[in-house]
Amino acid sequence: MCLAVPGRIEEIYQKDGLKMAQVDFGGIRREVCLDYVPEARVGEYCIIHVGFALSLLSETEAKETLALLKEIDNLENELEPAEGNPGL
Amino acid sequence: MNWSRLREILDYETGILFGQTIEEIELAVMKYVSEYRDAVLVNNVMDEIRRTVTKPWTLMEICGGQTHAIVRYGIDQLLPPEIELVHGPGCPVCVTPLELIDKALIIASQPDVIFCSYGDMLRVPGSGRDLFSVKAAGGDVRIVYSPLDAVEIARENPEKQVVFFAIGFETTAPPNVMSVLQARSLGLTNYSILVSHVRVPPAINAILSSPTSRVQGFLLAGHVCAVMGYHEYPLLVDRYQIPMVVTGFEPLDIVQGILETVKLLEQGKVEISNPYSRVVTFEGNTAAQDHIAQVFEECDRKWRGIGTIPMSGWRLKSEFDEFNAERKFDVGEIKAEESPLCIAGEILQGMNKPQGCSAFGTLCTPEHPLGATMVSSEGACAAYFRYGRVTING
Repeated sequence: MCLAVPGRIEEIYQKDGLKMAQVDFGGIRREVCLDYVPEARVGEYCIIHVGFALSLLSETEAKETLALLKEIDNLENELEPAEGNPGL
Repeated sequence: MNWSRLREILDYETGILFGQTIEEIELAVMKYVSEYRDAVLVNNVMDEIRRTVTKPWTLMEICGGQTHAIVRYGIDQLLPPEIELVHGPGCPVCVTPLELIDKALIIASQPDVIFCSYGDMLRVPGSGRDLFSVKAAGGDVRIVYSPLDAVEIARENPEKQVVFFAIGFETTAPPNVMSVLQARSLGLTNYSILVSHVRVPPAINAILSSPTSRVQGFLLAGHVCAVMGYHEYPLLVDRYQIPMVVTGFEPLDIVQGILETVKLLEQGKVEISNPYSRVVTFEGNTAAQDHIAQVFEECDRKWRGIGTIPMSGWRLKSEFDEFNAERKFDVGEIKAEESPLCIAGEILQGMNKPQGCSAFGTLCTPEHPLGATMVSSEGACAAYFRYGRVTING
């Protein structure tokens, strides 16, 4: 029920007094209400739930999280002894 | 498309992902989705969890969407044996009380009513039948993807009463309240909502205050926090001395949430952490919170399988009575009885698992559910059933 997916804002317009947008989900376009993220701009990503943008996606935070997770592997490669080497 | 496939999609993806099929959604390379399904990264984090853990820990994911993803991707089976995930009550379809579903069925059966609902409520049985059977008997029951679609239906059908089944947690509240505000602003007198809204923090409080609770760490529901922020949780962290971690919904988000919780537990740290920072801020969406406060007020709410949790729900404020379907349609008091076989209450509070139930998969199936956790695919029993997690004997 609480699933929400990220989509890219393609076009912003007013409809019946609400701020609406066409949002692209990997090639699928849908109309979404932007009233809860009034600061949103074309080209930005937001998190959509039942036709409403609930949060603007922070690209900086997304990059930092992924970089951190990728580091886990790098750190491990540095710490683990090479194959065949007893390490002590 | 065959019927069972359609039902599957109705169950889970429709009404949430705008009616696309699972294949359409997954074929699309979606930025900020695909990266978080990267198997190599998920495995690396899983390895880090194995290296971090030194003793047994029991964690609860509160959200039904996360339960579904955990079972679907087999995350629970990949975890080291020290870590047990128990599944929380965060499936709004599951915890909607029988009495309210019976009310929905009575309202939906009336000849001048168009009854609108998110897709996953349609086959939840009340005491006897479900909304699908009302539709089959000629009732005008429609699946909508957004509550604004229901408002549009009300505008197009001024001679009918349009009722929207407004269920959900904090995530779904901003769309649902917007539909009421929009109906008022458009001057509609034929739109109302049947409200069964529930909130996460009182449920966590109820679970942790139970003397039988085994939960040592919580994965917080990411999209509930996207709306509400996570400023309500430090109080619970302090009161119960349990770490909590704001967690997203993709496999990488979930394993990262688990890693973060295990790290805090192993280090003896009692605090709240937010690795889902690309979506969630401490304050949350204040515009959405303001709209909710304008339309809803807190109330006691009965949770199917658990019972009444004080101040755990939202209802319409009295100044919105004209949009309150329970006031518009006087259906009287309804009493409903649950099956005595069902152990959903224990499962929803993390005290038992589907395999602990004698009716699982035999007397109780997604087609004929006996109780809360089998009625929606986000319920633990339905997820275990769908992904063949428990062998059925006999």
